[in-house]
Amino acid sequence: MSIEVRNVTKKFGSFTAVDDVSVTVPAGELVALLGPSGSGKTSLLRIIAGLEAPDAGAVFFEGEDQARRDVRVRRVGFVFQHYALFRHMTVFENVAFGLRVRPRGARPSVADIRAKVMDLLKLVQLDWLADRRPSELSGGQRQRVALARALAVEPKVLLLDEPFGSLDARIRQELRRWLRRLHDDIRLTSVFVTHDQEEALDVADRVVVMNRGRIEQMGTPQEVFEHPATPFVMTFIGQSAVFAGTVQGGKAFLGPLAVDYPAHLHEESRPAAGYARPHELDITRIENGGGGLWATLRHASPAGAVVKLELSDAEGRSLQAEVTREQNEALQARVGERLYVKPRKLRIFVEG
Amino acid sequence: MRRAPTEPLAVRAALLAVAVGFLAVFLVLPLVAVFAQALEKGFAAYVTALREPDAGAAIRLTLLTAAIAVPLNLVFGLAASWAIAKFDFPGKGTLLTFIDLPFAVSPVISGMIFVLLFGRQGLLGPFLGAHDVKVIFAVPGIVLATVFVTFPFVARELIPVMQALGNEEEEAARVLGAGGWQIFFRITLPNVKWGVLYGVILCNARAMGEFGAVSVVSGHIRGLTNTIPLHVEILYNEYNFQAAFAVASLLACLALVTLLAKSVVEWRSQQASRREEPAREAA
Repeated sequence: MSIEVRNVTKKFGSFTAVDDVSVTVPAGELVALLGPSGSGKTSLLRIIAGLEAPDAGAVFFEGEDQARRDVRVRRVGFVFQHYALFRHMTVFENVAFGLRVRPRGARPSVADIRAKVMDLLKLVQLDWLADRRPSELSGGQRQRVALARALAVEPKVLLLDEPFGSLDARIRQELRRWLRRLHDDIRLTSVFVTHDQEEALDVADRVVVMNRGRIEQMGTPQEVFEHPATPFVMTFIGQSAVFAGTVQGGKAFLGPLAVDYPAHLHEESRPAAGYARPHELDITRIENGGGGLWATLRHASPAGAVVKLELSDAEGRSLQAEVTREQNEALQARVGERLYVKPRKLRIFVEG
Repeated sequence: MRRAPTEPLAVRAALLAVAVGFLAVFLVLPLVAVFAQALEKGFAAYVTALREPDAGAAIRLTLLTAAIAVPLNLVFGLAASWAIAKFDFPGKGTLLTFIDLPFAVSPVISGMIFVLLFGRQGLLGPFLGAHDVKVIFAVPGIVLATVFVTFPFVARELIPVMQALGNEEEEAARVLGAGGWQIFFRITLPNVKWGVLYGVILCNARAMGEFGAVSVVSGHIRGLTNTIPLHVEILYNEYNFQAAFAVASLLACLALVTLLAKSVVEWRSQQASRREEPAREAA
């Protein structure tokens, strides 16, 4: 079922958590709301669920306005950041809760509830822990119980608030792969909130980048990574080297760099900045056809698939670059050496 | 296992002696004295003092008062703590202050307030007189005064417990389709049950033992408006020490049972929270 958020605004006192946001989540997709803390992503998720009422705007499920529908009847599955499992109930009772509280007419029989709950626990691979209490489970297991509990009421959309936030790195990776496979199996329209760009790019079909209550960019992981729409998206998603300067008359003058910039042909000078990803910087010993700058190698960390180089330019500004192991061996650079840095690709954003 | 170095033995022994001595003089000795005095003339006299009609009436009145005051304050305490811990509303601070009022005011003053309100010369006196309702120097006054004096116990006990629990489990239940009462009985109440029990135990002990406020509104009518503490006072003033202590021993027993119940509840709730802790660290 598709979700549409139309011009939603939410204020807490004088703080605007969500500022005139519109998003569409197509049916069956897994969408990430990505942003730093305080960017309004959790507020937006809670508004979609019906846990908060928007001050303006509306939420539609499959074209149907949800404003008058209480969270109880919206049929959303919600996984809370700290799971919010019922601590005095067993895993089985936690998952069964949504079925047991239904009005008598709509409530499945005891045997049906049992079968359904055990099926769900099998789905999340926890059927062997049905009689345990939440306190006896690990973080990853609790997360999966919370997911099974949310799925028990056969929700039409699944909403997850920082689903991997309080897990350690290894379990986090495992669990997000698992969530992706689960989503591919059940194809439930899902939205999850995260502040971790790697997680968003890895798991989601589509990423919505938020900042200060507004949407900076929406697109596939590749789009937001390769073609960031704003400087915020550029710096928030992945590392980048920044060259500040101006644009004027079809050229950009960014510190030591001067490149063509046909998008701004005015004679009037405007402040601008150029951004390059660490792997988009070519590092050589000789002045490689111009268009670059000299910088001193401060540190090289050869651990991992790529070698990370930390350089500083003539004004002492730090630059992060990445080269392959082969390139690094060919380069044979030592700390303290001067190297020529040339961006292969530069994204230029004009201010204002 | 080697002990960690501590204070010299002499210092520890001295501190311990002071603590034990204090306890013995101010707590154990009086308690022993109560029972010793009560049994001074033998067990038969002890039983006679308790089976005397006026004593029986006092015991019944005390039980009746507690049976009304405790459930009322339980409901009030649950409602107030739920509202204060889970919602933000204007006047929350004022409500909190009012809950503490009975703790702040001397019980005698509390009794006087009811006399001023419901007494013959009081604010509502003419109205009550015209309808032939007797509050002061009658059972309703005693119940009212007791309810007033004991109403902070349950609420005060529950507010911090509910605040510590937060709102997430209730929200989760709501998303899963549970209604207000279902959330209360299936989620909130089970989570605070030890706090509730603890509050009820304290509330009950005070309701049965209250002297000051009840003394003002009671009128000390033997067999009619005397609770156990008032009955003890009357017997004592009549120099009937043995009977006075015999009845007082009932209250002493209540105190012991309360302490025992309190430590059982504390132990159980610690067990409950300990079960949650290790896993929380693993999370």
